[in-house]
Amino acid sequence: MGYHGEPEGGVYGIAAEFDNPEDLLVAAMKASESGFTKMDAYTPFPVEGLSQALGMRDVRVKWIIFIGGLLGVSGGMGMMYYISVIDYPLNIGGRPLFSWPAFIPVAFECTVLIAAFGAVFGMLALNGLPRPHHPIFDTANFERASQDRFFLCIEAEDPQFDQAEKFLSGVGAVAVTEVEPS
Amino acid sequence: MANDAIVQDTLIEGEQTYETITERISRVVMSWKPHGKGFYSLLLIGFLFVNVLMISIGWLLYKGIGIWGNNIPAAWGFDIINFVWWIGIGHAGTLISAILLLMRQKWRMSINRFAEAMTIFAVMCAGMYPLLHTGRPWVAYWLFPYPNVLAVWPNFRSPLVWDVFAVSTYFTVSLLFWGIGLIPDFASLRDRATKPSMKLVYGVLSMGWRGSAYHWERYNQAYLILAGLSTPLVLSVHTIVSFDFAVSLVPGWHTTVFPPYFVAGAVYAGFAMVLTLGIPARNWYNLKQYITDKHIDWMCRIMLTTGLIVFYGYLLEIFYAFYSANIYERFMMMNRFGGPYAPFYWTLIFCNGVAPQILWWKKARYHIPTVFGVSLIVSLGMWLERFIIIPVSLHRDFLPSSWGYYSPTIWDFGMFFGTIGFFLFMMMLFIRFLPMISIFEMRELFHHTQHEEHAHSHAVAAPAGTGGKE
Repeated sequence: MGYHGEPEGGVYGIAAEFDNPEDLLVAAMKASESGFTKMDAYTPFPVEGLSQALGMRDVRVKWIIFIGGLLGVSGGMGMMYYISVIDYPLNIGGRPLFSWPAFIPVAFECTVLIAAFGAVFGMLALNGLPRPHHPIFDTANFERASQDRFFLCIEAEDPQFDQAEKFLSGVGAVAVTEVEPS
Repeated sequence: MANDAIVQDTLIEGEQTYETITERISRVVMSWKPHGKGFYSLLLIGFLFVNVLMISIGWLLYKGIGIWGNNIPAAWGFDIINFVWWIGIGHAGTLISAILLLMRQKWRMSINRFAEAMTIFAVMCAGMYPLLHTGRPWVAYWLFPYPNVLAVWPNFRSPLVWDVFAVSTYFTVSLLFWGIGLIPDFASLRDRATKPSMKLVYGVLSMGWRGSAYHWERYNQAYLILAGLSTPLVLSVHTIVSFDFAVSLVPGWHTTVFPPYFVAGAVYAGFAMVLTLGIPARNWYNLKQYITDKHIDWMCRIMLTTGLIVFYGYLLEIFYAFYSANIYERFMMMNRFGGPYAPFYWTLIFCNGVAPQILWWKKARYHIPTVFGVSLIVSLGMWLERFIIIPVSLHRDFLPSSWGYYSPTIWDFGMFFGTIGFFLFMMMLFIRFLPMISIFEMRELFHHTQHEEHAHSHAVAAPAGTGGKE
């Protein structure tokens, strides 16, 4: 996530365009090895190993889902306990008020519901979506990043940004273009 | 892996590139041109029946549920039959998208979007029935726990309340799952759109998706876990639907085999519906390269398997009736065999038990008209199954003095065919406006197929630890 703040030198970054995912993957690994840190790749489908090649590891989505599930199950059970024992106790033939086995189905549904909300909205929030505009959209040919082209963009924030253009020209890209800030 | 490779060979056919996949699938959405007579006639039929549905619901709201054939003792009729039938049809969608995703079954990628859409619309149809059969749908929110001035709460020990939670959660989660799958495809459509209006619409829907590697990483985590959550959800939903019956004491309902038997029946009906809709769709839109004969074959096998489980359920019901030595159960079973509704029972046995056995033969599974015919028969059979379970059990229970007879009225049929029309209409709108095959997943599948070939022909694959492997 390297788009915070105003980039230096009047560009957002430098993008290399590839026509297949394998070349992109190799380039991303080389870039990591060469010490570039602020970069991102744009692909029309999830390419396995790409985020690892870029040095990314983020399991926050999983934690959000897990916490959502916990909230769902405890909230559901708590709600039913409050309703059946505290606020509206019904004595039916002396049966226990907190008849928890009967509450499992609803508690389960609450768990899944809140966890699913966590999955979708957590993912969107961590990804910073919806975000209608982003400088990368102005890159030449970028509309094909959602179809059949693969982009690697080294961002201006990168400490080694001065070597980026030279590096990207040497990794077998179809095209290398500057990305204007916007 | 070896097995994988064999399967993949037939998953995408023809000369393809990432571009052709995107082009061919999105073409259907981008203009009115690829839509032929079949599309328009089904759209029109769907629209007509949506009107029938509107009239049926309008009259129902005006007069009350007395216009239906429901009576005492058969207090449940078409309303609950159709509810259970529709919700079962919905389940195949979630199973295809979730369970097959978890099992890394790549063949799901060509049919999951379609099946998920089916789920959403089938659950909409299903939801109408319990809502309307309360007679006062405008106070349906009483079913949810909310603090109110009457200080009354729903009874959480009732399967009918579980049902409210199960179905509403199921609908919401299915919608989320479907929606999250559509985001990258909206981005593709946004980038292909030429008309400014379409660019705007798809731009808003895609939420600015740009295919960043960081985004994909989180996206995949969320998608996979969502699939993991949907899988038990689907099983729980139909289990809870079966509890609506099994937790009661009515002969013919009170059987422990109900949850698994209902779940299997749901999958059975659902795959039948996927085939019923998928076969014409792939014909009209030239999608045979993506929904191949292999896919049809696999779906037939699932239908055969679940059909056998369902048939086992029928046998177990008979066994239970006689082995339990419960006179009411035994009478109920004799009543099914030879009572006033016996022809329906034997039709059911034919539709669900006998007819699908033809799918044992490979020739039948690859003969599209046969498959289509079987899937229609199964849809009918699964509807009859719910008919047999509901009114046939209710109309003659413990005391002959309280026996009755159930026959549906024109308004029952109006609403039933109305929901079928609604489903059809929504499916047609879906085909017109949304990509019916997941584009990004097809590209991914294509990438994997390519990669396999690459790995076979060259000793050097991708660098160690990355790519290529599942």
